[in-house]
Amino acid sequence: MSKDSKNGGISRRKFLQGMGSGIIGTYVLTPAVSSATEKLTKNAEKLRLTMPLTMKVNGKQVHIQVEPRTTLAEVLREQLGLTGTKVVCNNGECGGCTVLMDQKAVYSCHILALDCSGKEITTIEGLMKADKLNPVQEAFIEHDGLQCGFCTPGQIMAAEALLLKNSRPTRDEVLEGMSGNICRCAAYPNIIESVLSAADKLRNESSSMK
Amino acid sequence: MSRKIVKSRYFGDEGLIETVSEVPAEKHKAWGPDAELKVVGKPVSRLDGYEKVTGKAVFTFDVDLPRMTYARILRSAVPHAKIKNIDTSEAEDLPGVLKVLTYKNCPKIPWHWNTTVLFDERVRYQGDEVACVAAESEAVAEEALRLIRVDYEVLPFVTDPAEAMKSSSAKVHDWGNIIDEGPAVYFRGDVEKGFGESDLTFEDTYSTQVVVHNPTEPHCSVASWEGDKLTVWDSTQALFGVRDAIAKSLSMPSSKVRVIKKYMGGGFGGKLEAGKYSVIAALISKEIGRPVRITMDRKEMNLSVGNRPDSVQRLKAGAKKDGTLLALSQYSYGNVGAYPNGADCGTPLRSLYKCPNVRTEEYSVLTNLGRSRAYRAPGHVQGTFAFESLIDDLAYKLGMDPLELRKKNFTEVDPISGRPYTSKRILEAYEQGSKAIGWLEKRKPTGSEQGRFRRGIGMASQIWWGGGGPPAYCTIKLNQDGSAHVLAGTQDLGTGTYTFLAQIASEVLEIPIDKIEVTIGDTETCPYCGLSGGSLTAPSVSPAARDAAEQMKSKLLSAGAALLETPESNLKYSSGRISRLDEPDKALSISEVIGKLHEKVLVTTGAREANPEGYEINSFGAQFAEVEVDTETGRVRVLKIVAAHDIGRVLNYKTLLNQFHGGIIQGASYALLEERVVDEYTGKVLTTNIHDYKLPTVKDTPEIELIIVSDSDPLISNTGVKGIGEPAIIPTAGAIANAVYNALGVRIKSLPITPDKVLMALSEKI
Repeated sequence: MSKDSKNGGISRRKFLQGMGSGIIGTYVLTPAVSSATEKLTKNAEKLRLTMPLTMKVNGKQVHIQVEPRTTLAEVLREQLGLTGTKVVCNNGECGGCTVLMDQKAVYSCHILALDCSGKEITTIEGLMKADKLNPVQEAFIEHDGLQCGFCTPGQIMAAEALLLKNSRPTRDEVLEGMSGNICRCAAYPNIIESVLSAADKLRNESSSMK
Repeated sequence: MSRKIVKSRYFGDEGLIETVSEVPAEKHKAWGPDAELKVVGKPVSRLDGYEKVTGKAVFTFDVDLPRMTYARILRSAVPHAKIKNIDTSEAEDLPGVLKVLTYKNCPKIPWHWNTTVLFDERVRYQGDEVACVAAESEAVAEEALRLIRVDYEVLPFVTDPAEAMKSSSAKVHDWGNIIDEGPAVYFRGDVEKGFGESDLTFEDTYSTQVVVHNPTEPHCSVASWEGDKLTVWDSTQALFGVRDAIAKSLSMPSSKVRVIKKYMGGGFGGKLEAGKYSVIAALISKEIGRPVRITMDRKEMNLSVGNRPDSVQRLKAGAKKDGTLLALSQYSYGNVGAYPNGADCGTPLRSLYKCPNVRTEEYSVLTNLGRSRAYRAPGHVQGTFAFESLIDDLAYKLGMDPLELRKKNFTEVDPISGRPYTSKRILEAYEQGSKAIGWLEKRKPTGSEQGRFRRGIGMASQIWWGGGGPPAYCTIKLNQDGSAHVLAGTQDLGTGTYTFLAQIASEVLEIPIDKIEVTIGDTETCPYCGLSGGSLTAPSVSPAARDAAEQMKSKLLSAGAALLETPESNLKYSSGRISRLDEPDKALSISEVIGKLHEKVLVTTGAREANPEGYEINSFGAQFAEVEVDTETGRVRVLKIVAAHDIGRVLNYKTLLNQFHGGIIQGASYALLEERVVDEYTGKVLTTNIHDYKLPTVKDTPEIELIIVSDSDPLISNTGVKGIGEPAIIPTAGAIANAVYNALGVRIKSLPITPDKVLMALSEKI
């Protein structure tokens, strides 16, 4: 906490005292804040400069211009129209925006788009092969691993990443792998069943291919 | 097809109301317990599953229109203030900003029953609307918010309801802090006499916390005008409510407003009301001539769009030695936040058991915090935790088995109205649930567990309304090719509405589910249904869907009779074909019948019938919890929940089980994790993201066993359905709290049961 009134702004401590004792006071966001806003405006102009970005999204190369402040989630949803990826907390807390980056699960709200240069991104829209659902998607339907469906793309991408890494997860490993994805409807028991069943499916598919 | 107007009594958005409703003149024979159904009740995979697992499902949050603009709201930074001035000039100068709306340039549209306006000059909680910016992008709108300078004249504030009830308190509104200026009082019999006649009385105070809905899809709205016609996509549980609120706010005819909501990312009661944001989006969109999307961020979700009120409940019970309840009383208050709402929670105490003398006195108190809203079984979740803790305590004092005490006070009629129930199978729920948890074999005497990890088993009962009722309508359009379209102006919160509507049409018309399309969530194309809350949707809408389908079948049969030149009684309808009983090869398919009628589409509209007169409709249940408490860390782990419920007919076992899972896990996290924390010195909320606000993850999943003890309740409606969204969550916290008591021998009387409270209680016991 800064010292009282040094920079001409509101003194937090005095403010607290005033509030605590019920004194009616006034506070105006004045000089210190004002110079900060000036800076902000200048920064904003700087930020609005765009830079080129090349990455692979769902198997296709994309070349776009992005602002340095833009997150991967924003690029996917707003610039590429891939709205399957959801933003729930926009703060890296819930996994709603999970996508694969080079086959690993990442929170796309927490990654700057420019950091994805040269990376390979897979979103929920990239899971189907032609018209065929991916085994994880099939399992989520079969085992009803969802209710409202808003966190579902993130859940499915987290499951996909888990199974890419570990094709025989135990129940505990599924709990660990899926614990970064919040489902407020709490369809968790069915999510667990969906992931375990997808793992079985994938193993059967790969053994039948052999 | 003909209809009549009857007196009707049902539980809706205004509580239990007496009204009149339009209902079918004749009832169809209900699908009773012995009805042989082929599609209804089966674990059909949800119809919307494909769109949801592929990312193709478009939520309001995803709606993107050409020339879209993006709006964000600036919210009060302080809990109580008068705005002396707002300077928006810098924000307006920011490139990309299209419009800034504040109290200075916005019409004074009344809100919250005229206690405030869209943008008020006085802000009453941290999070109250101060301004709104629309811009070319979300990022620019957000930047602009930071350029708005607000000059606040800070006013005294109050966040604690106990403090707010005192006459010396800061006033949230000039007229005072207590809703209706006093308590809601209910009584029957003479409670003091009842306590006097009791062999034993027990009294204690229980309290619950504020919890926040936090649905994953934020509250959001997209508004777009075409001439004088407004279309709004809204993440709402109440399509028609939002439509009418917007029309009224903008002084335009409801016919000029269309509200659409195909999919929504959860609601839990928080999205039952029209939000200011929807009206703001419509206003700005009209002014700038472009569509506006307005969304809340997670902080706004935790500050401004509702919560479950807290409660402090002083409860007293009096009983005879044999456990017969003679008197019950409740004095309670709860925090409704800055604008009027109710925080009552006394219904479980008034109605769960037989008791001749009851008195409840409940205060709903205003404070300078975000306003509460309905949240999955409003009142019942708080009330059941406290009351079922009291009953458990009473059993212990009486030296009785808590389950036996509950059975002893079973009531066959509603204790409030004296009316019988259409069905009540709670005794079966006790029986089967207790067996499944191992009540007799596994449950040890309370407090007898030793060692670091102590296990306990507890239970709680549940009552809720949830019988639904009229008005609700459903339209079926049957195409010449035998495919059908079902339309209803209802909502699917992830609860399975799409799926059961298709199942019902498929059942009656005997056409495969994949030939059925369901449209809901559109005020313009769908017939009226009420809001989706109160566990009303399935019990209200499913009978209307069946009525529409049965009418369609009758229509086909009467056309078939004319075409096959035989009375209808000589016809059989099977798998979409109509054949003569006497000459089975004389038959027509649906397509042939419709073709001969020279129509491309046959249309029928069904309605929900009236609820039976002279009865109460309630759902009942009991949940049993097994927990393990780590006495070194204070952490409570829920090992297993057995949920045994009477919910009438099951429409779809798959989606039913899922909804029960969800309710139970939310109930467990209410018991153990979730709490909105407020700093009393600044009046600010400290839990404004979902790192600080504790939500359950997949790792918090206990073993759950669901037992449905009912088959159908044919007295209610032609489908025999009761709602289940709320019953699932009601008894969970009480069952867990009672299990913790059984494990430790000390009662944790305040939720959530966090490790600090457990350790404190244990240290006090020694």
